[in-house]
Amino acid sequence: MIKAENVTKIFTGRGVVVRAVDGVSTTVDKGEVVVVIGPSGSGKSTFIRCINGLEMFEEGHVYIDGVDIVDKKTNINKIRAEVGMVFQQFNLFPHKTVLENLTLAQMRVRKRKKKEAQDKARMLLVKVGIGEKENEYPSRLSGGQQQRVAIARALAMDPKVMLFDEPTSALDPEMVGEVLDVMKTLAKEGMTMMVVTHEMGFAREVADRVLFMDEGKMVEEGTPEHFFIAPREDRTKLFLKQVL
Amino acid sequence: MTATDKVWPWKLLLAGILILLAAGIWGSVSRIDYEWRWYRVPQYFLYKAEDAIKTPFDGVVKEVSASGRDAVVTLASLDGEQQKVTVDGETIKVDAGDDLFEGDTIGFVYEWNMGPLLTGLWTTLWISAVSSVFGLIIGLIAGLMKISKNYTVRTLAAIYVEVIRGTPLLVQIFIAYFFIGTVFNLDRNVAGIGALALFAGAYVAEIIRSGIQSIAKGQMEAARSLGMSLPQAMMDIILPQAFKRILPPLSGQFISLIKDSSLVSVIAITDLTKSGREIITSTFATFEIWLVVAAMYLIVTSVLSQFVFYLERRYRVSD
Repeated sequence: MIKAENVTKIFTGRGVVVRAVDGVSTTVDKGEVVVVIGPSGSGKSTFIRCINGLEMFEEGHVYIDGVDIVDKKTNINKIRAEVGMVFQQFNLFPHKTVLENLTLAQMRVRKRKKKEAQDKARMLLVKVGIGEKENEYPSRLSGGQQQRVAIARALAMDPKVMLFDEPTSALDPEMVGEVLDVMKTLAKEGMTMMVVTHEMGFAREVADRVLFMDEGKMVEEGTPEHFFIAPREDRTKLFLKQVL
Repeated sequence: MTATDKVWPWKLLLAGILILLAAGIWGSVSRIDYEWRWYRVPQYFLYKAEDAIKTPFDGVVKEVSASGRDAVVTLASLDGEQQKVTVDGETIKVDAGDDLFEGDTIGFVYEWNMGPLLTGLWTTLWISAVSSVFGLIIGLIAGLMKISKNYTVRTLAAIYVEVIRGTPLLVQIFIAYFFIGTVFNLDRNVAGIGALALFAGAYVAEIIRSGIQSIAKGQMEAARSLGMSLPQAMMDIILPQAFKRILPPLSGQFISLIKDSSLVSVIAITDLTKSGREIITSTFATFEIWLVVAAMYLIVTSVLSQFVFYLERRYRVSD
């Protein structure tokens, strides 16, 4: 489903060259849930943003369903419609109601009729537990509710893969659970997911595979059992000791 | 100032200052012995035009009948051709049975016409409106060009903005009319509107650029991550939000444009200012006319600011 090959992202500024992502390769199979963890500044967010081309990278390739997103002939908008993304800061459209947030891209990109898009949107809002808020503006919702709307917005496009970029990091602690619950349900339903997070409990419970990144490099990769119980690398052991 | 402070003493002070100012102006005007003739002003808003109705052929008056204040006169030519004309009942100069020759006056009609102040105002308004629309389009394009990733596109827009903002509008109007207008044989209205639109466009471009850049980067990313193209994301997500934010400076720009449009009077477009000048050459009522012209500009601009104020409040719903 996703294949990343030697992805390298270089930031240059004021004479400093930073290899934010440094030769990372991995694959995510259909129905698999892969969780990326690592300390702040390890490049894990930059890496997940490379997967749908929000961040353009200098070296390497990313294949979505076999299509190379780096290839100039690839229509990146078409790929992105298949790859849902959820952001740390929700990024809901503040000038549109909750319902319009969910229907806009369906109509513009998927060319669905308004009625069809609204039916789909209402179904998803019920699924994420905020069916009664469809006519509110995002600013009237709590952080947890906004993030659930953002997940529903991405799902409305019927994506094949969902990317989550630290979806709970900007939330008040009491709202983290409601968002993680929605993500767990999705995982159980067989959605292919790549999740950047600091929620170790979620990684342990839901992940099929865990990637550990540090300083732009992939340090270790394995099942949660392997990862949390018997990590190989010293860097991983140190990190786990600090967060657990 | 705390919330419990009383406002009325300050209102009193304000009224006092305004009265003093008015008295000062009044005093200085009396000293130069100016004769105010306000009664001459209304005719330049609206006036009654008199038009003589003449006989179109040789013949006789067949019938005269009254219809309200008007009189309807039926004329018959020597060939038997009939025609009805309507004149003001009090001015009729013929009776039934009179013989008429071509060109005889039957009577007069009166009509209310817009005076030069109103036609001038109308010219000012439509010139400003058309220039605003073009200015907005030019500004939108230039503003988008300014944030382009392409060096050439970006720099072209920057040069346009710098050139326009760095030269006086009056000079631009002269260049548009006497140079560009001569080369391309442009009508004075086209040259005037073109100069105003280009001028407004440069300021609008900067306003739009800053508006777009003030929208959080995540908005564009969210739209693009859903598969929307760059133009779609701009139209549906970025510009509507940016527009709401730039409404106050943008409307200020267009209100300025109404005032700036007075400069097109130098290329003989009869706008409100030029009308004022023409009236003064025939009346010498300099003080009255300029005060009236200023008041007319002020009324138009304050009505617009109120309208924008209303829009701002309406758009605030989703914040």
